[in-house]
Amino acid sequence: METKEKVIQVKNLIAKYGDEVILNNISLDVFAGEVFVILGGSGCGKSTLLKHMVGLAVPSSGSVLIDGVDIAGCDTKTLHDILKGIGILFQSSALLGSMTVAENIALPITEYSLMPKNSVDMLVKMKLRLVELDGFENYLPSQLSGGMKKRAGLARALALNPKILFLDEPTAGLDPVISSEIDDLVIQINRKLGTTIVIVTHDLDTIFTVASRIVMLDKNKKGIVAEGDPKIIRDHSSDPSVRQFFKRNSKIADL
Amino acid sequence: MKKLAPNRSAYYKISGNGEGFFTVHYQGKLDVRASATIIKELIPEIDSLALTSLTADIDDVSYIDDFGLILLVELKKAVKKKNGSFRIIDTRKIAESILSIKESDIDMPSDTAKPKRTYGVVVRFGETVIKNASNFKILVSFIGSVLFSFYHILRHPGSLRVDDTILCMEKTGANAVPIVALISFLLGLVISFMSSLQLQQFGANIYVASLVAIAMVSELGPIMTAIVVAGRSGSAFAAEIGTMKISEEIDALFVMGFDPTLFLAIPRIVASVIVVPLLTVFSNIFAIAGGLVVGVFILDLTISSYISQTIKVLTLFEVVWGMSKSVIFAILISWVGCLRGFQTRGGADAVGNAATSAVVSGIFLIILFDSMFAVGRSYWR
Repeated sequence: METKEKVIQVKNLIAKYGDEVILNNISLDVFAGEVFVILGGSGCGKSTLLKHMVGLAVPSSGSVLIDGVDIAGCDTKTLHDILKGIGILFQSSALLGSMTVAENIALPITEYSLMPKNSVDMLVKMKLRLVELDGFENYLPSQLSGGMKKRAGLARALALNPKILFLDEPTAGLDPVISSEIDDLVIQINRKLGTTIVIVTHDLDTIFTVASRIVMLDKNKKGIVAEGDPKIIRDHSSDPSVRQFFKRNSKIADL
Repeated sequence: MKKLAPNRSAYYKISGNGEGFFTVHYQGKLDVRASATIIKELIPEIDSLALTSLTADIDDVSYIDDFGLILLVELKKAVKKKNGSFRIIDTRKIAESILSIKESDIDMPSDTAKPKRTYGVVVRFGETVIKNASNFKILVSFIGSVLFSFYHILRHPGSLRVDDTILCMEKTGANAVPIVALISFLLGLVISFMSSLQLQQFGANIYVASLVAIAMVSELGPIMTAIVVAGRSGSAFAAEIGTMKISEEIDALFVMGFDPTLFLAIPRIVASVIVVPLLTVFSNIFAIAGGLVVGVFILDLTISSYISQTIKVLTLFEVVWGMSKSVIFAILISWVGCLRGFQTRGGADAVGNAATSAVVSGIFLIILFDSMFAVGRSYWR
């Protein structure tokens, strides 16, 4: 992190579903080139925060800025330009079921770059090699296992080498071997391409392997209870909910 | 020769020594945006040069990713096509460090994606036969499963899911009344108007009433209602059950010990059997009302003479005949709708196909059975 350039700024964000407040007055910054992890228990608003960060949900009040542009307030063209620089892997992978794996990955490439057809094929092949899915070009998503779908989704998210990569629970539902492979991949992408990565997860292995900074959300406070280096938070936080989160999980890990 | 690409993060420059040795010198970021544009411009230019050797110099490149690599691959292909030699200058090993790619990787064949295999006529014919045979198997077993479930319901009437049935009756029946009424009213209007053009020539105005009544009650009423229900509810059954199927909800029901047919199909079939004949009654009444409007305003018939003529021609047999047909149609529509739902496999498009197929098969079955009834009736009399 040579420069502390802020790629994402969340300012006083309030998110509501109907009258129910999910996130109350959240402010955070994501710096260029870091691996930023959002964690917290189920129902604490992690995914809601992610949705606001990529413009899928409009804040009730406050704003989300990507590269200094308010994504809720800007015009459609600007928003599209910003979104082209973003890759996202959804929890359910969200591959298009009517297209093969190769077509899914080729979609953003053909749509947003002027690459000739056979170069696109080659790129798809390289992306698949990156996520270790070579040979599955012509498979339909319904023919893949959960882990393979995740990796294909990751390949699609990486299709245009985005500046910012969002991962929504990338290791949920995967076995430990594949999980650690995905973690390694995240670190590789971050180091080699300098991609800023935002991960939503509650997988402690992922957090301690990849995170350069974390924020922890809490369901009752509807806000941030801890922010900073994961190991320091684990060892020194005085907040009971944070201590419980790490203690509970590490107890299980000790078994 | 020098070329600068404006408004771009990367630049390149071609220089030649006049003996067929050329160098492409890159600067800046070889990323998505730059590489695609450079490929479009540079490859035709290379093709037009008389070259024997090309060197790509990426020493001044600040960033290169796989899109940049593709640029080099395309360049190499273009040079090889002219039997030239290709070399990359990368003293800082930037490509290697970023991509863990060595120069040898640039030899990747371009036709990497295998074309989808195509099969001959025999194989495809066989495939279709096998597919249809297995569909037929599912069809027969679904008939069996529905019959068993009905037998079960007859022995244990309490096992019918009454709440679901009533909800389904509302969706299939009550909510369909306005559209069925409107369509039937207009249909009655059209039939009486068209027939009046002919019948008026003989002064047989009053028979317009008979024609509308008989045509609607014994044929068109049941058919029109069934077609509307197939379009509204048959497709909905298929889509609902199909979505449940692909999201494993039906597997969940099965493992919890529920019979999916009893749980999902029977309430829909029972609801349809109850409401479709009622809708048919509405359809008949509104069509006769439509005919009445034309009769009164165009043919100068009185309301009472129109109604008494209608009552005179409608025998109990005609009414029962029409109602029985609509019961059969109701069974066919709901059965095929549920069947298509249970047959769904795959993703979102499969649900769409199931809904389409439910409507098409539903309407086909309605017409098929209606013609069978018509033939049967003519022999019976």
